[in-house]
Amino acid sequence: MDEILGFPHQEAQLSGTGEGLVVDGIVRSFGEQTAVDHVSFEVKPGELVALVGASGSGKTTTLRIVAGYEQPDAGRVLFAGRDITRLGPSKRGFGMVFQHYALFPHMSVLDNVAFGLEARGIGRAERRQRAGAALDQVGLAGKGARMVQQLSGGEQQRVALARAGVIEPRLLLLDEPLSNLDPTLRQSTRDELRTTLKRSKAPALFVTHDQDDAFAIADRIVLLSLGRVLQTGSPEDLYDRPATRDVAMFIGHATLIPARRNGDSANVTIDGVSRPLVLSSSGDVADGASGAIVLRPEAVEITRDDSTGQWPATVLSRRFAGAQFVYRVRLDSQIVFDVASGDRIEAGQAVGVRVTRPVPMVP
Amino acid sequence: MATLAALPLLLVLAWTVIYPNAAVIAGSFGHWIEFAQSPSDVEALKNSLIIAVASVVAALAIGVPLAFLLTRFDFPGRTLLRAAALLPAALPPLVGVISFLFLYGDTGVITRLTQIVFRLQDVPWHLNGIGAIVFIHAYTMYVYVYLFVSAGLERYESSLDEAAIGLGASTFRRLTRVTLPLLTPAIAGSALLVFMSALGSFSAPYVFGGGVRVLSTQILNSKLNDAIGLAYVETTVLAISAVAGLLLFRWLEGKRAYVTPGKGGVIRNPVRSRWVRMALAFSAGLIVLVLVLPHLMIILVSFAKDGAWTTQVLPPEYTTHNYAGLFTENQLWTPIRNSIVMSVLATAANVVFCVAGAYLIVTRKFSGRRLLEILVALPWAIPGTAVALGLLATFNTNNLAVGKVLLVGTFWILPLAYFVRNIPLVSQAVEGSLRQMDLSLEPAARGLGASWWMAVRRVVLPAARPGIVAGALLASVTAVGEFVASIVLYTHGNRPISIEILAQLRSYAFGTASAYSALLIGLVLIMALGARIAESRMQ
Repeated sequence: MDEILGFPHQEAQLSGTGEGLVVDGIVRSFGEQTAVDHVSFEVKPGELVALVGASGSGKTTTLRIVAGYEQPDAGRVLFAGRDITRLGPSKRGFGMVFQHYALFPHMSVLDNVAFGLEARGIGRAERRQRAGAALDQVGLAGKGARMVQQLSGGEQQRVALARAGVIEPRLLLLDEPLSNLDPTLRQSTRDELRTTLKRSKAPALFVTHDQDDAFAIADRIVLLSLGRVLQTGSPEDLYDRPATRDVAMFIGHATLIPARRNGDSANVTIDGVSRPLVLSSSGDVADGASGAIVLRPEAVEITRDDSTGQWPATVLSRRFAGAQFVYRVRLDSQIVFDVASGDRIEAGQAVGVRVTRPVPMVP
Repeated sequence: MATLAALPLLLVLAWTVIYPNAAVIAGSFGHWIEFAQSPSDVEALKNSLIIAVASVVAALAIGVPLAFLLTRFDFPGRTLLRAAALLPAALPPLVGVISFLFLYGDTGVITRLTQIVFRLQDVPWHLNGIGAIVFIHAYTMYVYVYLFVSAGLERYESSLDEAAIGLGASTFRRLTRVTLPLLTPAIAGSALLVFMSALGSFSAPYVFGGGVRVLSTQILNSKLNDAIGLAYVETTVLAISAVAGLLLFRWLEGKRAYVTPGKGGVIRNPVRSRWVRMALAFSAGLIVLVLVLPHLMIILVSFAKDGAWTTQVLPPEYTTHNYAGLFTENQLWTPIRNSIVMSVLATAANVVFCVAGAYLIVTRKFSGRRLLEILVALPWAIPGTAVALGLLATFNTNNLAVGKVLLVGTFWILPLAYFVRNIPLVSQAVEGSLRQMDLSLEPAARGLGASWWMAVRRVVLPAARPGIVAGALLASVTAVGEFVASIVLYTHGNRPISIEILAQLRSYAFGTASAYSALLIGLVLIMALGARIAESRMQ
């Protein structure tokens, strides 16, 4: 797997074993603009995959193509080994949770959840029983008779989830499922959502612009930018082994510092002081070639003693962040970044900065 | 303070809206048994209701599919059809009826063409009876449905439809369970407009109702037969039916008003199938032709030599004399002058009155505000014939002790009728503009030291201007072509254009009647364009 990471536009090696969802080189343009540009990825049975990207990255269009609401100009969508590219959305048997939930405002909560069963010709008694059970599962037992508007945002989200899940979909699609919740609710809903999705056994593909959502919920992440796949991998892969500068910049707070690879380490020169740093990954930077190391706050330590292996730095400002302080430090005229520390240091003070763990390198 | 300011407005409304209706009801006492025992009156009530309901059904059957077609799909000819779909609204009531007579009447162009093409012995149909009335109502009134439902579809949250599809719903289930239920407010709102217009409709039953009696024409008949008490009963029954319809549809409208999340917006699907595209383009062309024919017919006949068109399919001889005559012959020019003068007078009164009313309603809180709001909207719920009868019952004698002034038989009764009928229209337009104004602007101006008049002149009136312009244009155009109240109240001296059109038609001067009609259509188009520009400035 590692070899194919780091090639942004590679032909993904698709298993095509006939299981799960396979998206194969889809392209979709709106006028002059190419919203989705040869995107490939797969969702294996039982897997939770996040499509992550900024607005305009093509993630929602990709999801809509998978759902069948949009047709790709080129490429294929396969499910369980069958080409479903031209199949209408009502025939795919997928469940979708829309960004604003798209709950039918003129129906009760129970009727909303039962709608998909009604469309499948299931009798009234069974419909009510199954919809009721689905509501129980999302913790909305006894709220079936309410109208949708009487529910809170979090409850509406769970109704949408129950409605999509009660039809026992072969694949669950979720468009920004957490974006309409307020920040405190959002934290707790993440874990709840992952538990619910895992329990349903159906594979799920969800779109989000928030990497914290993706990290908390997804088994695997497809990172999109400007319609292209930047990198696919587990959250750890993307964080610890970014393939490109763009990936490194999008995931976490990172500072890029020019470096030259030397075997398993990289030589980094700051303010005339050159030091070797151990690499955790090297992307596809060739030995001896130059690139950049990805420095994140948790890999850096701020010291006041004069120990070895550190660069001199100046504290520019201090911000109180609860458990610790966040310092903005300057290494030289080019490099300024944030470091967390429990020590209390005044602005303007000279300190030392030391890298405490292996860092990733990108071309 | 504001109550005091509103008092003159309330007094005017009490005098011109409440008192006339009360006078009609009072005058009806003692004649109800007469009404109940008159077979023709019972039949008229039944017919009026049948026509109103059938017109609603027909207008919905045309307007709803057309709105779906034009907002949801893209096909060749769509832009043209969209523009033409509004054309029936540019026909003043009587003019629409005349154009249908020229096209589909016993000697109409389409009727004769059909007869020739299919080599029929007799005319293929007769343009009379309830069917004919509903036919022309469908043509002129589907526009309300089309406009309301289109607007509803533009705001419609398309992810609701996508959710239904994704859950496996068929097209039929999606339409009947999701889309149409959510469009109920738009559908009910437009159905209400159609119901009210069809119930009060006068021109169509009057001109080619044949033997069909309806309440509005029955009122005029009773009045002409000096059975004024019976006319008052008929008027009361008509007004009650209208108010009952109003309450029913408003209830339907409110029952299903939902706020949906998301931003709405329409995804217009291009029609892919080649054959369907061709079929749609062809039908669009055909519909546009049907929509535009009445207008073209009026223009064509307006150049026809009077009296020359007898048995031919199209008029055989053409002249510009019809138009020249309108402006040179005193007899023909008088109605135009009358209509313009009366329309300007009524509209000026509407603007002054309605701006003051809207200003108080929007910017002030006072006891009596709700009453004022209801009273300025009330004339809308009363059919034109009923408004006319009310004025007839109130301004028929000089007796200031009971609040009566003699205006019937004078020039002033018609401007007064136009004023009353247009109060709701102008009020609504001005209120709409004022509601978009930040209500703290006027206090802010006063806080900067401006006098009340300066604050109104420099802040409030500029904010209200688009609504004033749009309302005034629409009101003046309605007044210039007004027919329903005019035919009850006119005298020879103040006869307006519509009455003269009818007179010309009766003397078979089709060319002159059409020249008047074309003039009215032109005025409507110019004013509607002006109103639209004023409204677009509002946004």
